[in-house]
Amino acid sequence: MKKNWPILVVDDEEVMCESMAAWLREDGYLVDTAQNGQRALDQAKATDYAICFVDLKMPGGMDGIETMMEIHRIRPEASVIIITAYATVDTAIQAMKEGAQEYIVKPCNPQEISMLVSRILKLKKLQSENAILRKKLTRQYRQHDIITKNPRMQEILALTQDIASLRSTVLIRGESGTGKELVARAIHYSGSRADKPFITVSCAALTETLLESELFGYEKGAFTGANGQAKGKFEVANGGTIFLDEIGDISPKLQADLLRVLQERRFYRVGGTQEVEVDARVIAATNKNLPEEVRQGKFREDLYYRLNVIEIQLPPLRERREDIPLLAEHFVHRISSELGREIGGISGSALKVLMAHDWPGNVRELENVIERAIVTCRNGTLDEQDFSWLQRTPAAAQGWEVPDVSLGELERRAIVAALERKGGNVKEASAALGIDRSTLYDKLKRYEISH
Amino acid sequence: MDWIESAAAEWYPLPIRRLADLPTPVDAYDPKRRQYQSVELMRMLDQSRPSDASRILGVTEVDLSIPMLSFLFGQAQLDGPVALISLCRLRQEFYGLPGEDKVLRERTVKEALHELGHTFGLVHCKEPECVMSLATHVEFVDTKQEQYCTRCGLQLVERFASPEEEV
Repeated sequence: MKKNWPILVVDDEEVMCESMAAWLREDGYLVDTAQNGQRALDQAKATDYAICFVDLKMPGGMDGIETMMEIHRIRPEASVIIITAYATVDTAIQAMKEGAQEYIVKPCNPQEISMLVSRILKLKKLQSENAILRKKLTRQYRQHDIITKNPRMQEILALTQDIASLRSTVLIRGESGTGKELVARAIHYSGSRADKPFITVSCAALTETLLESELFGYEKGAFTGANGQAKGKFEVANGGTIFLDEIGDISPKLQADLLRVLQERRFYRVGGTQEVEVDARVIAATNKNLPEEVRQGKFREDLYYRLNVIEIQLPPLRERREDIPLLAEHFVHRISSELGREIGGISGSALKVLMAHDWPGNVRELENVIERAIVTCRNGTLDEQDFSWLQRTPAAAQGWEVPDVSLGELERRAIVAALERKGGNVKEASAALGIDRSTLYDKLKRYEISH
Repeated sequence: MDWIESAAAEWYPLPIRRLADLPTPVDAYDPKRRQYQSVELMRMLDQSRPSDASRILGVTEVDLSIPMLSFLFGQAQLDGPVALISLCRLRQEFYGLPGEDKVLRERTVKEALHELGHTFGLVHCKEPECVMSLATHVEFVDTKQEQYCTRCGLQLVERFASPEEEV
């Protein structure tokens, strides 16, 4: 059934109502009928009709045009099609002036109605998609979309308001999926730069040279393929905010270049000789422990202090568990409407499962989990069984205890496990363990691990 | 009638019985349109349905219409007991052509399967070759196959979990 688009047929003749309803039902629509204007209005109050077929001439009470106007007052989005056996130009013009979407003369060819209905519904579908996209865009920019009742998060939200109109650099730290970009957007869109661009650059996604030209732009002939001048993200963000995500992953050379931009607010395009001045507020984010990276000499100390003028540390979801039900309800509401699924909410037992999970991927993981559950859900409510696949993960994670062995033995086991997981691939295993390939070879030798 | 019986028997695992002819109700005739109101014929079929029959399919020669539409090849109650088809516009003669038995047989079978499909809950199918696709011209009837597509066919199979009788 095309339940999302109910149709109402209003005509004083029962035969007309019923035969038309029967014909539309064969097409899969949910159709109601009403034999007078007042009844039609009562039904329109209860049901959000997509299309109302209204007969122009109805003896006693409201006529078709009055009924249409009243329906529009209750349901401004409903498309009213006026039906008449009296085809005069005057009534047609009046009906259209008063807001009728179409005007048809009975009897008409079956194909005419079939095409009319599908054309109107196609338009409605586009309008509804458009509304969802618009909502999605505005939602991204509004600070109150950070949903929380956690005191630490609320302090952070208050801080974003306090610092919104400052020019100072902000460093947002937090695990993946904790909402670092959302906080950066909240700062940008709450401050005086809100009507200027907010530009995001994911530093980990690009190689050093690509990132350099991405950030600073390039001049014609700067490298093979540079056929013209291109503006970098810093220039595009002029007057607004540049959000440098995963800043902990940039190379030493770019660290130096970035330091210069932060200090002098000017830079050279790649291959350029002329300095470009820029006024972009920098908000950086990382999931790495930057002080530790500084200590190990992997991240410049001077750049760290330049970035860390205002620091925001976002808590992982497992440390703000009270937000899980709120966030889950929010995601259910949003995603089910985006996917066009009728999901009423989450059952208590399902919430228990969500509360018990450790959420290593944080809010983003919760969002993905809810989306998957909505897609596979067969009832109107997300229940425990819709998350049965999730339960295995925390059980396995929680069941892990530190074995009573030496640190060396622990390291040896971690290496063996990583190699097993990566099918003996040393490069991948070293990446998974967070150590260099050469270090891994040393350890393989030391622990006499064959692979 | 034999064509319809054998086609229906192929798709519906239910006993099929042929009833005696019924007179076309005079009240159903609309002299202005020179057509018969399908609703009246459907009502008569419902009243004539034997108590042990879960579905009744009427076959008529008269031209059918409803107030809103200029003509109908047939009509059915969605998920209900009554279906009706008219041979009038399925005949080549209606379009000024010489009559062809083969064409009439194919069109009749398709319309009968289509309307019966509605009575078993099937709605119009987007697949133009499926017998459940909407035909608003006789050319569209000719485009269809004399069978349900896989999706519609499977829906029918699911319906036959409990035994019913069809006429």
